[in-house]
Amino acid sequence: MTTQTMTLAQGLNAGLRQALRDDDHVVLLGEDIGALGGVFRVTDGLQREFGPRRVVDTPLAESGILGTAIGMAYRGYRSVVEIQFDGFVYVAFDQIVSQVAKMHARTRGKVPMPLTIRIPVAGGIGAAEHHSESPEAYFVHTAGLRVVSVSNPQDASTVLRQAIACDDPVIFFEPKRLYHVKGEVDPAVDLADAPPMSAAHVVRPGRDVTVATWGSHVATGIDAAEAYDGASIEVIDLRSLSPWDADAVTESVRRTGRLVVVHEGPRQAGVGAEICATVTERCFEHLEAPPVRITGHDVPYPPAKLEGHHVPDLDRVCFAVDQVLGRVPLDVPTVSAAVRSGGEMAA
Amino acid sequence: MPSTTDPRTRRLSRAGHDSSVDSAHGGARDHAPATARPASAREGVDPGDGTVRLVDADGVRHPDATYDAWVEDVDHAALLRLYEDMVVVRRIDTEATALQRQGHLALWPPLLGQEAAQIGSARALDVDDFVFSSYREHGVAHVRGIAGADLLRVWRGVTGAGWDPHEARMAPMQVIIGAQALHAVGYAVGILADQETDERGEAPGSGATAGAAPTEAVISYFGDGATSQGDVAEAFTFASTWTAPVVFFCQNNQWAISEPVSLQSKVPLVERARGFGMPGVRVDGNDVLAVLAVTRQALHRARTGGGPTFIEAVTYRRGPHTTADDPTRYRTSAEIEHWEARDPVDRIAAHLRAEGALDDDGEARVQAAADAVAAELRAGVTSIADPSWPDVFADVYAEPHAELDAERDAYARYLDGFETSEGGGR
Ligand SMILES: Cc1ncc(C[n+]2csc(CCOP(=O)(O)OP(=O)(O)O)c2C)c(N)n1
Ligand SMILES: [Mg+2]
Repeated sequence: MTTQTMTLAQGLNAGLRQALRDDDHVVLLGEDIGALGGVFRVTDGLQREFGPRRVVDTPLAESGILGTAIGMAYRGYRSVVEIQFDGFVYVAFDQIVSQVAKMHARTRGKVPMPLTIRIPVAGGIGAAEHHSESPEAYFVHTAGLRVVSVSNPQDASTVLRQAIACDDPVIFFEPKRLYHVKGEVDPAVDLADAPPMSAAHVVRPGRDVTVATWGSHVATGIDAAEAYDGASIEVIDLRSLSPWDADAVTESVRRTGRLVVVHEGPRQAGVGAEICATVTERCFEHLEAPPVRITGHDVPYPPAKLEGHHVPDLDRVCFAVDQVLGRVPLDVPTVSAAVRSGGEMAA
Repeated sequence: MPSTTDPRTRRLSRAGHDSSVDSAHGGARDHAPATARPASAREGVDPGDGTVRLVDADGVRHPDATYDAWVEDVDHAALLRLYEDMVVVRRIDTEATALQRQGHLALWPPLLGQEAAQIGSARALDVDDFVFSSYREHGVAHVRGIAGADLLRVWRGVTGAGWDPHEARMAPMQVIIGAQALHAVGYAVGILADQETDERGEAPGSGATAGAAPTEAVISYFGDGATSQGDVAEAFTFASTWTAPVVFFCQNNQWAISEPVSLQSKVPLVERARGFGMPGVRVDGNDVLAVLAVTRQALHRARTGGGPTFIEAVTYRRGPHTTADDPTRYRTSAEIEHWEARDPVDRIAAHLRAEGALDDDGEARVQAAADAVAAELRAGVTSIADPSWPDVFADVYAEPHAELDAERDAYARYLDGFETSEGGGR
């Protein structure tokens, strides 16, 4: 195996190039992905190499992109769609939820939808409104879609190729904050030898607390594990959110007895809620403390100058670890009795 | 105190509005020429050889049988004010671009090259008309009276809206391409609904005469790229079948980031109008006088029950898409030079000079005024206070929301912990 140092964006580029070479039915669709190479340059040079029939600049309409990708799938094409920013995927939401996700079941397996929908995701980059969102829960909630999120350049390359090769539609999240992070990449990994797309990775072993997360917050988790005094923290990169690797997480929590889930999307009905519920069901007798979630708040993603108060960071993860270790009282948001009995309306 | 959000209150206030405020710019009220035919849905459907142009790239004024009448009140003084407007918004744009480069703004989408399209159309509006724009209409915002810090707040990343939409009669900038076209139609439908209410006599004191045509209109700005969005097509349908008093003002600046307009349409964009059953007009978007004329005509049609109009203003985005863009990847410098030769400011200056209405002193005076606005902008940016953490939780709902309130309180306790446990733990 030969590796090269690449950024995560270059890893994605290498993965796309490999997929375009491996299968002549792979096509790339998106806004500004041709001459410009995408606003993050993930498709840089690919139109020059594979031509405008395979790397296609589409008209400016996300619903149009997804709808036509569905028709192309009927003809046997594997479209890799680039949504320019997370906040623009909602324009295509109907085609994704009502059509892409349901087609295989609707046609009793006769019409697979092997689409990959690449979405630059999450914040921390000082961007304008609609450019920093974490919409994963909508897609995880939608049966028929697979959902993955990469955290390093090698996964960027390999998991993207796996997603493209997968006969199901895959929502593929690329954390914007990590596009320029570098790592070693073997762009030609044999997919038969690669760990399955849906398998979680223990990226840092530990004994006392399990931190489960994905995407850009794998780094936050590792930072916290390194900074934290007096306890050994295990960090799990879930990699896949649908399906998610419950076996890996429960195995870890049985050893550590404590779980912290970190994600940037809102807390209410977020993916963390599902993970905490499942772990509580499966590991109840092993738990030393209730699982704790560190998440974005239940607010529209705030303006750039405020995002430091929204995006989970090292301090908030350490605080959660303090909580599950009983070093500080468990302080989860609680609705007061007065409010629960309707007091808020009178106020 | 009456709420500014109550449309009827606004209508009352409009009745007492001093019309000299906007007529000072030659764009006031409804500028129907005395000779105007009754608004007809056919008017403007066929743009003939294409583009409405009153002042060409060399500053030569060409007579126009249809459109001269719409700008017959625009004398040298009024034209000078339009010229000054364009110089000022260009200067605002240059200053904001510099502020972004210097780290005072997170991002800025320049309007360079589109001054005439924005000023000509915005100066056609009545103060009570309402604007739904995209993110590039700084020139329109300026005309609406949005100044200094308010223009930059969003781009500095401190808030989601730089101004009070009801006060400015302009919605906050819209990032989701094309979404605002539908909002404009809805607002216009609201105007129609108010009018019906008035006719039934259910809104005493509204000041409207029963049976009167709507006197307010709405304008929606969007780009060439936006015309591909479903929302925009839906807006056309709704506006057309409901005869909504709205003007769709499309600035075809030739590019949607790296995508040329040819990727969005095989025919001139103006031809879309016909299929939706509304008049369409193509105008030289770098000719401020022609833009003023066609927009006045469209607004008049809207106010007098003629329904929507689609205006394609042919112009050019000479700067990058935003300060984060690198246009050298997708277009040539020859193309930019082609459009520089059609500069909207230069042509009006040339015209005014030829008419003896502008000289070096006059230009210097206008430039000084523009510099003063730029200085105000720069001072404004540094005066913008950073938001504080409770703003994260503020205004998410109109009414109390128990979970969110609890979440905010828990976060407050978490932040308090930093003050009480200095030096402890980690
Ligand atoms: C729904 C949606 N998709 C994509 C984008 C990203 N985007 C921002 S501006 C732009 C191009 C818009 O072009 P056009 O409508 O011509 O307006 P212009 O920028 O030229 O003023 C794109 C694709 C977006 N903001 N919203
Ligand atoms: Mg454009």
